[in-house]
Amino acid sequence: MYSKKIVIRYTPEIVQQPVIHLLAQKHNLVFNILKARIFPRREGVIVLELSGEKEDFDRGIRFLKEMGLQVEALSKSVFQNNEKCVHCGACTGFCPTGALSFEIQTQKVLFDPEKCNGCELCVSACPVRAMEINLL
Amino acid sequence: MKKFKVQKTFQEINEKIKKGRAVVVTAEEMIDVVERHGDVEAARRVDVVTTGTFGAMCSSGAFLNFGHTAPRIRASRVWLNDVPAYGGIAAVDCYLGATEVVEGDPQNSVYPGEFNYGGGHVIEDLVSGNVVKLRAEGYGTDCYPSRKFEKNITISDLRDAFLFNPRNAYQNYNCAVNLSDTTIYTYMGILRPRMANVSYSTSGQLSPLFNDPYYRTIGIGTRIFLGGAQGFVAWPGTQHNPNAMRSANGVPKEGAGTLAVIGNLKEMSPEWLTGASILGYGVSLFVGIGIPIPILDEDMARFTAVKDEDICAQVYDYSMDYPKGNPKPVAEVNYRDLRSGTVMIQDKKVIAAPLSSYYKAHQIAELLKGWIEGGKFFLGEPQQNLPSGPFA
Ligand code: SF4
Ligand code: SF4
Repeated sequence: MYSKKIVIRYTPEIVQQPVIHLLAQKHNLVFNILKARIFPRREGVIVLELSGEKEDFDRGIRFLKEMGLQVEALSKSVFQNNEKCVHCGACTGFCPTGALSFEIQTQKVLFDPEKCNGCELCVSACPVRAMEINLL
Repeated sequence: MKKFKVQKTFQEINEKIKKGRAVVVTAEEMIDVVERHGDVEAARRVDVVTTGTFGAMCSSGAFLNFGHTAPRIRASRVWLNDVPAYGGIAAVDCYLGATEVVEGDPQNSVYPGEFNYGGGHVIEDLVSGNVVKLRAEGYGTDCYPSRKFEKNITISDLRDAFLFNPRNAYQNYNCAVNLSDTTIYTYMGILRPRMANVSYSTSGQLSPLFNDPYYRTIGIGTRIFLGGAQGFVAWPGTQHNPNAMRSANGVPKEGAGTLAVIGNLKEMSPEWLTGASILGYGVSLFVGIGIPIPILDEDMARFTAVKDEDICAQVYDYSMDYPKGNPKPVAEVNYRDLRSGTVMIQDKKVIAAPLSSYYKAHQIAELLKGWIEGGKFFLGEPQQNLPSGPFA
């Protein structure tokens, strides 16, 4: 059993459609709405807890994105994509917690997820987009 | 003419490389060798010192020829993955610049712009072997009747593709701070208000032109590591300025020499040519360059032993002074202090972060060393030297 809290953002075009209902039905997921709001211009936000098999969950998230919804995990995690990182070090000047730092010996830029507070300052500072936000 | 105790020629060193007997060290290792044995003995022992740099280098781009189409087109406007390339060269030749932004990008209208794709990224896609959409338009002539051409291609479909960067490998560069009260977005990265950070962009003691400050061995025809392949120095780069301020060791204290470099794009790799998106500024290309420096005499041994602490750079305010066009330096700092992560500027401890990768620069110097030791890379003797300043 897999369970995660997610934030879904609606645009006015899809606010009409029974997306959550479809999500539950088509992908075998149980949901529990924690918070829902529709703003005056008819865009909305829903925070819900989604539970089911991990595979169904992943497929469900994909379904939501394909419907044009913005989906984010309630707590996001930032990570360094090692395939992309060129170890320039630009991010080290912005990381407030020391989660990104130079390894003295090799001058490689190392990421310590334990120290990361998820502020995302590194995400826009990175010229090759190697600092990624993990939703799932 | 100065009398040297050690004297070697390019030919002699190339002979040694051929026989697998050349002694090659990186510019980092050379510091130790000279410290331990002195410059004369170091010059006897070492034949070649390898250098490296890997940074976002604007003033890069590629000449591409996509071959004649049937029916023929005189392509006056060309796009690759919707990034415009300059077509005013010949029928099917174009030049794709690294800093060209993809068409339709919001640029800075949503400030600061993200600049997710541009010329630098197309170049990375090409050397990765990825499919790229080529689009061309012509006005139609009797000999070139076609007006439109569109095709998905990879680099192997291009008849010719060579990287030709008019200004790379800057010998030293400004450090940037922001003295204003709001964050600014520059080609030197994000600069936070009230001098909260300083950014710098050279590989210091590993950087090619710091190790040959008067360009005694680097000139037109020097064979180099370029983007993972063997390329050449083609010309002094644009804005080449040998008359910059220099320290007693001959090393410029501000932006000075530059190189125009050329090489076969088809042999290059995305590991050493990587597209860059610089928040609020634009797109660019990370370029990996390495230059072997022959130790012709003890002067070259001494030059190549230069250390971060002996290399200075000027700090400029990019919020007011620099954009106005006649900046005065805020301070002078050295690369050892910058690399430590904090420097003192005007009695303030400032966080320092680089924009060029020392790690990759080091890898390039090591790779080049391996190529030379393995007899796969020979020195190219300059056909003509670059303009140089007076040797103090
Ligand atoms: S800014 Fe990006 S590429 Fe540079 S070291 Fe940080 S994560 Fe790596
Ligand atoms: S998200 Fe914030 S804390 Fe985490 S690595 Fe990036 S800059 Fe550092």
